[in-house]
Amino acid sequence: MKSLAELKAIRDRAKAQLDLRKENPNAARVLVGMATCGIAAGARPVLNAFIEEIAKRGLTDTITVTQTGCIGICQYEPVVEVEVPGEEKVTYVKVAPEMVPRIVNDHLVNHNVVTEYTIGAIKK
Amino acid sequence: MRELSLNVMDVAQNSVRAQAKVVTITVAESDREDRLTIEIADDGCGMTEEQVQQVIDPFFTTRTTRKVGLGVPLFKLSAEQTGGSFDIRSKQGVGTTTTASYVKSHVDMTPLGDINDTVKLLIQCNPQIDFVYTRSTDQGSFTLDTRELKEVLGDVSLDTPDVLEWIKDYLEENTQNIVGGAST
Repeated sequence: MKSLAELKAIRDRAKAQLDLRKENPNAARVLVGMATCGIAAGARPVLNAFIEEIAKRGLTDTITVTQTGCIGICQYEPVVEVEVPGEEKVTYVKVAPEMVPRIVNDHLVNHNVVTEYTIGAIKK
Repeated sequence: MRELSLNVMDVAQNSVRAQAKVVTITVAESDREDRLTIEIADDGCGMTEEQVQQVIDPFFTTRTTRKVGLGVPLFKLSAEQTGGSFDIRSKQGVGTTTTASYVKSHVDMTPLGDINDTVKLLIQCNPQIDFVYTRSTDQGSFTLDTRELKEVLGDVSLDTPDVLEWIKDYLEENTQNIVGGAST
């Protein structure tokens, strides 16, 4: 059974690393659209996939994942915006959990935008 | 929405936007009474009486990005299509409470779905807000209160991966204890 004592142990372990995890102003941001339209289109598993993939690669200090509202392109949900400091913001559309590892690897790690998943590719 | 837990995620976000400090989510289930009741209560900015009437209208929204607002109407529909009821009460400066009540055995009942995932994501994405989640069935109940967790954690954030893992396991273990094998 999960107990608060166990949580205390987690705190003590995390505290030791706390100095290393100071708020990083240069962190890249992943914004997942989680309004009614996004949620209905399946944004929740996408958000989970990003969190898991980023945790798996140990990138939680350099990439933050957050929810955002509706940006007005409901027909393309789930929509994910990726903001890497110093680079142009990229909007990925109709994102499925299977596409997430590639976005993390190619775009967030290696700075190559996955063009075929972007809104520019789908609108043509 | 495919799962009621997604409606909860959606409507809880209204509380986040209303700058709530504490959001209370209660899922009360009773096979004996053939009922499921979901309540989302917040201490956010609240609404005027007129606005409360308007949010039920799908063509009302405060957003400027689109012309429809389906969050509350979809939640209402999900309850009423089972012969249940829906209620939204709000007072400016006090908060808003949304209650949806379902007849569980009705053919149009939407499954509750992964409510634990919804709670975990809400906590993770809104570390500045406290969540009090209570789930009850005929077999018992449990509560997760992030204020208690924060007391234990001190300056360690709720969105630390190990802490989130603990939250997830805590929710799952406690749910299994009171749901009794049958998945919802």
